[in-house]
Amino acid sequence: MKRTRFYEAHRRAGAKFIEFFGWEMPLEYSGIVSEHLAVRERAGLFDVSHMGEIIISGPDALAFIQYLTPNDVSRLSPGQAQYNALTTPQGTFIDDLLVYCLDFNKYLLVVNAANTQKDYNWILDHKGSFDVIIDNASDRTSQLALQGPKAFEILQPLTDISLDELRPFWWQRGKVAGLDCLVSRTGYTGEDGFEIYTEAPDPVIIWDAIMEEGKPYGLLPAGLGARDNLRLEAKMMLYGNDIDETTTVLEADLKWIVKFNKGDFIGREALLKQQEEGLQRKIVGFELIDKGIARRHYPVYYRGKKVSEVTSGSYSPFLKKSIGLAYLPIEATEINTELEIGIREKKAKAKVVATPFYRRSK
Amino acid sequence: MYPQNFYYTRDHEWVRVEGDVAIVGITDYAQKQLGDIVYIELPALGTHLEVHQSIGSIESVKAVSDVFSPVSGEVIEVNEELNNSPEVINQDPYDKGWIIKIRMKNKEDLNQLMTASEYEKYVESLEV
Repeated sequence: MKRTRFYEAHRRAGAKFIEFFGWEMPLEYSGIVSEHLAVRERAGLFDVSHMGEIIISGPDALAFIQYLTPNDVSRLSPGQAQYNALTTPQGTFIDDLLVYCLDFNKYLLVVNAANTQKDYNWILDHKGSFDVIIDNASDRTSQLALQGPKAFEILQPLTDISLDELRPFWWQRGKVAGLDCLVSRTGYTGEDGFEIYTEAPDPVIIWDAIMEEGKPYGLLPAGLGARDNLRLEAKMMLYGNDIDETTTVLEADLKWIVKFNKGDFIGREALLKQQEEGLQRKIVGFELIDKGIARRHYPVYYRGKKVSEVTSGSYSPFLKKSIGLAYLPIEATEINTELEIGIREKKAKAKVVATPFYRRSK
Repeated sequence: MYPQNFYYTRDHEWVRVEGDVAIVGITDYAQKQLGDIVYIELPALGTHLEVHQSIGSIESVKAVSDVFSPVSGEVIEVNEELNNSPEVINQDPYDKGWIIKIRMKNKEDLNQLMTASEYEKYVESLEV
């Protein structure tokens, strides 16, 4: 199994590990709920070095990424990042990702750990006559995510980057704990926070410095368990659960990343057709009215009939409710629509609710 | 770590005996494996249980787990406090985190259970 450069730091911090697509990653340290609440109320530090980093550069870099993705990458200036996807000709997801504009002819794609090799191959397979260099930088890149309302105060003393000038979805290069990093104001928790990328061979010094600086603020190391629940409360998609090669970008309620006017891209025709014909189904959020926890793959019933399965579901530690996501026939997607979730031998009442389940106050 | 006068099962329940009543909970090992417990489903009073029959389920943030009856008998009390504060099982699994009380039909059921030292060895064997 692969380990990140922070593995020993996690052991020292008492992590319980799980296997995550070939990676041995921290599931939790002090407990999923306490880590979750730390991120919502103070701050949490995540090792997300398993994420993949693919750099595309060359004269055709912009045109190539425009062709691979539905969002409009031409709107990015160096210093900006954008949520986007790699799409199939059917308009479904090869992956979802962040695109960082490093320069007008150089872009960094940050992709899901489970998909890094698949994405890399997909990108290579579609290179055609585009004049680009494709560099899989995943193995040499480490990534930490510092998330929560205190993230700013914890990180600022450790970096020469002026963080108050770093707006959401912008990045800058600078030193963190003395090491060269790229820092972006991004995350996967619904909180303010930063993602820190470095190619330094021994980045543990950054982990240690942040943990030390964060102590008076109540910073906790946080694992994939908390990360999954945090992103679910914020209704951020998890590849493999909520989106995959069978779900289109429109069905995933991500129309805002589809820019039909930008020119051709893989999947454009299918998505345009789907938009014109109208969606048959769409992902929605629900909460349980009855007791229980709706977990992934549990059946979802509408008017007594099974219509789909839960794609992500959990107990929300912050809202103290059981929440989840599912694709529903379009007639069942109105807020307050009554549903039932099959929880083992019982059917528990649920209702469609507005999402995100959690939105931070600005 | 494992109370000496309790009985234990391979599914990580414990039993404390008071006369013909068995008080049942889950062990510290079990609560640690489950992590933060957020719901518990308890049986109705008067339910007749056989050995190894499910008495309910425990939901933690990351998993759901059945609890099995270590003995046969009738449910005479359930720990109502767990409905509002299931985390008590995480905090105090051997005392305040008890789950149900069963009036035993056959005290010989206890002979099939493990002692504290046997259970300790059993847990060690799982952790290798």
